[in-house]
Amino acid sequence: MSAPANSVKRPILSIGNAITGIIFLIGFWLTYLRFTGGLAAVTNLDHNNPWGIWIGFDLLCGVALAAGGYTTAAAVEIFGMKKYHAALRPAILTGFLGYSMVVLALIYDVGRPWRLPYPFFVSQGVTSVMFEVGACVLLYLTVLFLEFSPIALEWLGAKRLRRVIVRLTLLLTILGVVLSTLHQSSLGALFLIAPSKLHPLWYSPYLPIFFFVSSIAAGLSMVIFEGTLAHRNFADKMDQHHKQAADGIVIGFGKAASMVLAAYFTIKVFGVALDNNWHLLATSYGLWFLVEILGFILIPCLLFAIGVREHNLRLIRWTAFVTVIGIVVNRLNIVWLCFNWRLPWDERYLPHWMEIAISIFVITVGLTIYRLIVTRMPVFYEHPEFRETH
Amino acid sequence: MGEGIHTLQEFMLRTKGILYLLAVSYLLGFLWFWRFLNGGRKKED
Repeated sequence: MSAPANSVKRPILSIGNAITGIIFLIGFWLTYLRFTGGLAAVTNLDHNNPWGIWIGFDLLCGVALAAGGYTTAAAVEIFGMKKYHAALRPAILTGFLGYSMVVLALIYDVGRPWRLPYPFFVSQGVTSVMFEVGACVLLYLTVLFLEFSPIALEWLGAKRLRRVIVRLTLLLTILGVVLSTLHQSSLGALFLIAPSKLHPLWYSPYLPIFFFVSSIAAGLSMVIFEGTLAHRNFADKMDQHHKQAADGIVIGFGKAASMVLAAYFTIKVFGVALDNNWHLLATSYGLWFLVEILGFILIPCLLFAIGVREHNLRLIRWTAFVTVIGIVVNRLNIVWLCFNWRLPWDERYLPHWMEIAISIFVITVGLTIYRLIVTRMPVFYEHPEFRETH
Repeated sequence: MGEGIHTLQEFMLRTKGILYLLAVSYLLGFLWFWRFLNGGRKKED
């Protein structure tokens, strides 16, 4: 259970911990209200707007931004890019916690958590896209747990069990990529049922492809963004190998993100062309669409490329942040701003402050567990007893 | 369906035609983009 020698003891009484404590208190109180009073007690959801920010932000953005797990695992374990190995464990951990928080948010939205296994064991809706999403998330969360488990097992010193799971790494990685391909695209496919509700510039028969391709860009950018924050806050938990590999990871992932964004921009334009929606670009929604595809896709694509050419790490890191914001904007556009766009504004959905507070609570739970893990387990450093086996 | 478009065939002709032009432009553009991305400063090691 040894951490790097320069490990800093963090005080328990700090401003950050006090804010976390307040968020937890409010979160527990709102949880009580949600599960005793129902959705109406804490949300502005109604029959016109059954999906709010718990689905739009926590679930759709959470799943997209947790894609760093499968993209990094595929790069390192399947494509053999071992120079990115230092990014693997943080990416797997972020993916595992991201998906765990997605399920937590889903429990708030769906309610009656004891019935969560029903779609699989009691009433299977095998023809539903939602069933496929649920099944994939369940299976992928299990895969992520197994991928994460060597970290915990090294910490616990369970050498034999760790050895068994490490032998399954390639199989787990392939399973993870397959399951992610399925459910990242299926989240887009959920909206294929509502062509009349989603604005034509965002609706496309190719929505599943848009969601899948954008998730790769989101995952790559999230690895860069998360790495930047980790280097700022947990540098004392990192070994020399991790610190030395960081710049190469930023350049490599920035390059990959640039190419993926170029492809994403192109298929988004293809989407407009296929439905002959050019005339809609001159409307207010069209201008917002242009902001999304130019400001959050094309410009980040070019900035990544310039950053890679010039080895400008700062530019790449900022661009990764903009790309992450762009993916959030895209998902919120689809589930919220451009959904039910024909309804008058007074019938449109605006999240209740308690919905936002519960979202903040869910994110804070994720961040707190992340912090607890990285300050204790070998995420940013190699455990001395297992150094040769990675 | 749009100005000057009255039949499904006209719609398909217009949209597919534009799409093919875009696809060719993309392929040519990607060549430039690839060279741009891989140019610049060489790694100092």
